[in-house]
Amino acid sequence: MSPKATREAFGETLVELAREGVDVVAVEADLSKSTTTAKFGDAYPERFFNVGIAEQNMIDVAAGLAVAGRVAFTGSFAVFATGRAYDQVRNTVCYSGLDVKLAPTHSGITVGPDGGSHQMIEDLALMRVLPGMRVLVPADFAAAKSALRAAAATPGPFYVRLGRSSFADVYDADFVFEVGRAYVLREGSDVTLAACGIMVAEALKAADILAEANVSAEVIDVASVKPLDVDTLVASVAKTGRIVTCEEHSVLGGMGSAVSEVLSEACPVPTRRIGVADVFGTSGEPAELMEHFGLTARHIVEAATELVR
Amino acid sequence: MFDASVVASKAARMRRDIVEMIAAAGSGHPGGSLSAADIVATLYFGGVLRHDPANPEWPERDRFVLSKGHAAPVLYAALAEAGYFGRDHLATLRKLGSILQGHPDSKKTPGVEVSTGSLGQGLSIAAGLAAGLRQNPDDDRAVFCLLGDGELQEGQVWEAAMFAAHHGLGNLVAIVDDNGLQIDGACSEVMCLGHIAAKFVAFGWKAAEVDGHDIPALHDALAAAKSHSEGPTVVVAHTIKGKGVSFMENEAGWHGKAPSADELATALAELALSEGGVR
Repeated sequence: MSPKATREAFGETLVELAREGVDVVAVEADLSKSTTTAKFGDAYPERFFNVGIAEQNMIDVAAGLAVAGRVAFTGSFAVFATGRAYDQVRNTVCYSGLDVKLAPTHSGITVGPDGGSHQMIEDLALMRVLPGMRVLVPADFAAAKSALRAAAATPGPFYVRLGRSSFADVYDADFVFEVGRAYVLREGSDVTLAACGIMVAEALKAADILAEANVSAEVIDVASVKPLDVDTLVASVAKTGRIVTCEEHSVLGGMGSAVSEVLSEACPVPTRRIGVADVFGTSGEPAELMEHFGLTARHIVEAATELVR
Repeated sequence: MFDASVVASKAARMRRDIVEMIAAAGSGHPGGSLSAADIVATLYFGGVLRHDPANPEWPERDRFVLSKGHAAPVLYAALAEAGYFGRDHLATLRKLGSILQGHPDSKKTPGVEVSTGSLGQGLSIAAGLAAGLRQNPDDDRAVFCLLGDGELQEGQVWEAAMFAAHHGLGNLVAIVDDNGLQIDGACSEVMCLGHIAAKFVAFGWKAAEVDGHDIPALHDALAAAKSHSEGPTVVVAHTIKGKGVSFMENEAGWHGKAPSADELATALAELALSEGGVR
């Protein structure tokens, strides 16, 4: 059985939160089946607002619902929710510091055949520069459920990055995610592999391969891209002396950039960034695209080997 | 409850505050603030908007969203006049450390429900607010949203119009400050809006048109819009940009420019005369 994608956590978690008494509402822009918010809409129709194909309105209707005291989640795909509605996210949601939780799906290249127009690889760059925005990139289904819960429970704007495809589970079903914490999933002494999203599973695979070559890799899940767990990252690279960042995002402006920014000041070490080079995506099957753009365990191993050589 | 002469005197004082605070700031938007003064005065001092300045977070209050956020001075003048904060703050408009930002900031100013300034977003926010407040059929809290006519060129306004009609948001009232001018000139020449009320009607709204400087007429139109519960209502208020200051009236150049000391003196003298010297 293939693992559940992070997007499948969305509707399911909203239903659970509503059942538990959290005043959640959801605003969708005609993609409720793909994002799974339809599950919530079916269970709680009076709390679900489908605005049609109107992403800017989606974000600001959610803002209004938040001003009315509700905890407002928004759907749509990452490319539209962040790119098309950036001004709404910046000037209304973040500038007012509202309880709007963006949890768009279909982020990154693993959207697949829809191609580059729909493969959002700049969203982390766009979201993490906004004052007050928290940015979470869960590694698997269990982490996504927990991240969505954390976003609902913590006041203020959130960006929870969800995906269409998943390749491996990382966490047990009862995993409880803490905002602002990085998770050391495997200890090592020669190189730090800092990953987020589906790249966490690739980093763990890479660590296995490196171990066969007597390279001890420490694997850290940097799901909380903002706020960043600087202490955990510094402690790790102080020990290993080198780091490879791994993300399904442009190498410009994402998690690798965020990590490089803080380490260059706090503990500079030789660094390699795994991510999509400064290009748009392209059509293909998700696994093919991971290979095409250099986002597999093999590519992480190559980068790590180069650093320890 | 409603006393037109009281509202008129409040509007007169607000107009003087508007030109004074913009002159003190050295920048700001007088034209669209002055055009909206009678509308905002009628809302806050004509018994239309249910609010309590002593308790800005009062849950039972109606909500006001200033979608045309650059007209912040008219809102600040009303809020100060109502007592949300001291009048001494007005002189700090746009200055470092002020609670009165160049555009409304809900994190800094008591009585401002949500930050605005990027045009075209307020009606969506107001519609979300209206939907969020309407949790039971007996809830009578209303949401008022003031837009500029030029602002209606933003496509998002019509996304919001669709949404509000689709959900039958009877607790939502949009007001268009139809002063006919935008930064680059007449709206009809920059990008013609056509018939504004007819456009809203086509989107499923109830629409009314009113002289935006006739306070009794404004009161009646806004009160009727508030009590209409079958769906959203728009009140298209025909106004004069820069209303009350002769050299600012109907001049696009006064959209976003502060008066000099001499111009301020002339403006204040005119406002004192035209409004019967209320101070």
